[in-house]
Order: sequence, then structure tokens, then C-alpha cells
Amino acid sequence: MVVPSQQDFGIPRSFPPCTALRPTFAMTSNPLARLGNTGLYLLCDLGKMTLFLCKAVRGVFRRPFRFRELLRQVHFIGFGSLAVIFFTAASTGMVLGLQGYYSLNKFGAEGMLGSAVSLTLIMELGPVLTALMVAGRAGSAMCAELGIMRISEQIDALDCMAVDPFRYFITPKFLAAIISVPLLTAVFDVVGIAGGYVAGVGLMGVSPGSYFQGMEGSVTNHDIRLGIIKSFIFGLLVVWICTGRGYFVREIRGAGFGAESVSRVTTQAVVLSSIAVLVFDYLLTAVLL
Amino acid sequence: MTAAIEFDKVVKTFAKTGGGVQTVLDGVSFTIPRGKTTVIAGGSGQGKSVTLKLVLGLVRADSGRVLVHGRDITRAGARELEEVRSQFGVLFQGSALFDSLTVFENVALPLRERTAKSEEEIRLLVAASLRQFELAGHEDKYPAQLSGGMQKRVGLARAMQLKPSIMLFDEPTTGLDPVMTREIYHLFARTQTEFGFTSVIVSHDIPKIFNLADQVIILHRGQMDVFSSPEAIQWSEKPHIREFVKMTMGDIYQSSVVEK
Repeated sequence: MVVPSQQDFGIPRSFPPCTALRPTFAMTSNPLARLGNTGLYLLCDLGKMTLFLCKAVRGVFRRPFRFRELLRQVHFIGFGSLAVIFFTAASTGMVLGLQGYYSLNKFGAEGMLGSAVSLTLIMELGPVLTALMVAGRAGSAMCAELGIMRISEQIDALDCMAVDPFRYFITPKFLAAIISVPLLTAVFDVVGIAGGYVAGVGLMGVSPGSYFQGMEGSVTNHDIRLGIIKSFIFGLLVVWICTGRGYFVREIRGAGFGAESVSRVTTQAVVLSSIAVLVFDYLLTAVLL
Repeated sequence: MTAAIEFDKVVKTFAKTGGGVQTVLDGVSFTIPRGKTTVIAGGSGQGKSVTLKLVLGLVRADSGRVLVHGRDITRAGARELEEVRSQFGVLFQGSALFDSLTVFENVALPLRERTAKSEEEIRLLVAASLRQFELAGHEDKYPAQLSGGMQKRVGLARAMQLKPSIMLFDEPTTGLDPVMTREIYHLFARTQTEFGFTSVIVSHDIPKIFNLADQVIILHRGQMDVFSSPEAIQWSEKPHIREFVKMTMGDIYQSSVVEK
């Protein structure tokens, strides 16, 4: 396996040479050396991913901006995910309605059902489940697309034509994701609350007035803002990890080569972005609540 | 004779899977003259593709300088690299066509992204170019619907759109049948006389590729041997070159052996 040097990541040569930071992946039997190797590999990987993010952000300011590509991506990530989001939200909302009724009924507090369902959806389940669905549906597709473009030299071809691949098609994906994910989250919340209404009011006989009144009384602007901030960050995490994994498909340890490497890296991208969403969900809740 | 591309003591190493370092280029120096055709040959794994990637700045040298029209690209920043790259046209080994775009869109891409031409002008330019490469009528097909030879021609048409001063060809005839190979060679000769660019061809299609060459560079174990003409290779006294000639060109070049 050929491992690129630090310079290949676009770091100018004026930077101090950093051959010590070049993992050689030696199959050494010394466990300490292997641990060190893994540490260096992860550090390099994180560095590459950070530079990747910086280049994607820089792409926003490069002209000409490809507005049509952005629209196409919003259509793919946003509109294309609507059906999945709709069904996930409806079933989640209905389960919340039934489960909430069952729990609240024990305290004779069925009137709180609306507030319980809406707060859970707006602050937690809406952003998280939307991000997970987008990672599974659009994130995997983006990762595989970039991976195939990388192994068939299409990204090199763009570089050689002096067309910045970030401005050309990576930055539009980033923008589309941070536009689409919050909007999809809003759809998720509305459909989920309606699902809770169907289950709670329609099936379990909670009074419609108390369902909505409880919601109105307990959901504050702060709660909605938290949900929106979360969905922005989750959208960025998903698109960053998925496109980044695809872009670096040749440099990922243990990925192998060719079609197999794309399939493995796509799996890795979806798993990593799902974990990242769940971890960041906890961190953001802890900090912002 | 001015140099289009110049390598000055270039060293490139890669880390190997099992640990250790593999030296692909070991202090290599050579020049590629302007307006001529240079063929880079050598066995597989001798660093032919790495050499091309060094020229393009896709891979950076460990030490030494790579000069393109006198500018050192090993120390160039992103913007300067972009400027240098805009002088290149590249035909990739696998054509590297954008498979989600049609033939027309592929050829039009450099014009749309790198020039301020109107859509109407681009349409006319691309149509003319497709006629020139005998691809008229295939505008709306996708790369996957084309034969290997046609894909190469689309790749060539795309690479020529911005009138590059240097054309790089990475294994242009790999996977093509002999008829198609000859056709591609004719196309090279024709387009070069027409546009007058410097061309660098990486190939192992020896000896046929030598018909096109003004200069031949043979890569062997990190070292390079430069020959002013294809004939000069046969006169070389170096054992590894003689071995290479014997391996690749076969009996017809071994008259001395036959005489014995």
C-alpha cells in the first residue's frame, strides 16, 4: 500500500517536514509500537479531515458559484428524503403518543401528553432521527459517489483541469445538507406531533384541547432554538464525515482497493456519522439545555 | 531548445505496507523539450505514473525541483499550482470521464468552468471538436455507453478544449485493440502537428510508441536514461537497457545474437 506523504495533503513545503508523523503501518509485534502507529494514523486522519472542512468552507467564496448544483443537491438530500422522514416521524410520533399516554396515565396526567410528545420531538428525537435518516439515505450515496470519483481518477481530472473540486461539487453538498437537514427536522417535528395526536387523542381518548394547550404552555423559544442548532450541527457532521470519507477513500487504513474499498468506506462513513450525531447530541444537550 | 518541463534531482519515496521505505525516483534529472514528443517507458512499478503526478503537482517530491516552463511547482501554493495546471491537458489511463455527465457535458466542462464563453459559443466549439474527433452524433450518450476507443477520444477532446501547451498521456492505448491503437496514434500525430503542443506519453506499448517519439526516457530502479532518439536505445551499452530492449522488442532487434 502506498501511503502519501504530508505534502500530498496540500500542505506547502514551507511547513516543517513532518516525516515523523508519517505512519508506516508496520506490522510490528510490539504492541506499544502498534498503539503509537494507530495514534499517529488517527491524528493524521483528523488533520486531513480538518483541512478538508476548511477547503469546503473556502469553496463558498470561490467564483463562479454553482447555484444549479446546489439546487440539485437540495433536491436530492432534502426533497428525496421527505418520504423516509415522513414515515419515520409518523411512527415515532405515534409510539410516543401511546407510550406517553401509558406512562402519564399512571399519574393521572394525560393532559401533559401534548407537552411531553412535542418537547421530546423538538429537542431530541426530531434532530437526531432526521440526521440518522439523512446519513443512511443521502450520506451513504454521497460517500460512494465521491469514493468512485476518486478511484476512477475523476477528482484528479478536475484538479488537472484547474477546476477546484470543492467549489465544483463538494461545497454545494455541504450547503445543501445544512439547508436541508433543519428543514427536514421541522417536517419531522410537525409530522411527529400529528402522529402523537392520532395515537393519543384518536386512539386513547385524550382531549384535543389539552393536547395542544399542554404543548403551547411548555414549548418555549429556547427549546425550538436548541432543536434548530442541533439540526444544523448534525447536518454538517453527516455531510462532512460522509464526503470526507469518500474523498480520502485511498488513504483509509484497512479499506483495501477498488470497489471493495468504496463499499467498506461507505459503511464506515454511515457508522461514524451516526455515532458522531449521537455523541454530539449528548454534548449539545449538556451544554445548551 | 527550451525546456517545457525540467526535473532537477527529484527524489520521491513511499512508505511500504510492511514498514520501510520504497524509493521510486532516486535523484532524477532530465528535461522535456518544448513542442516535441517525449515517451517515458519502463517496466511496471518503476514510477512512470508517479512521474506524471509529480509534473501535475498531484504528488509532491521529497526533495529536488520540478520546473514547468521555468516555474518550480514543488514549492508552489494552491493558486500558483492552479495557474500552472491550466497549461496542461491530461489524458488519464482510464479516461477519467465524468460518468454522470454526457459526452457533450464532459467536453464542455473545461469551457464552462474556466472561460467566460456564452452557452451558444460553447455549443459551437464543442460540436466542432466532436466532429474533429469523429464523435459527432454521440453528444447525448453517457461514457458507459461508449467503447474504450471512443472514451479515449472524448478524453482527448476534453483535454484539448483549453488549447493546452503541454499534453500528458498516461498509458493512452492500454486495453485497446491494435486497430484502435493505430487510430489513436494517428490522432496524436495529427493533433500535434495542428496544435504544436509539447507532449509527454507514458506508455509500455513498445516499440510501436517509439514511432511518435522525438526523445525517449527509460525508467529503471529509480534512475532515468534519456535517449535523443528511439534508435539510440539499441546502441546503448548499459546491461539493463539491453535487457529492456530484448524484453520489449524481441528478436528483430537482436541481429548480433542471430549472427553469432
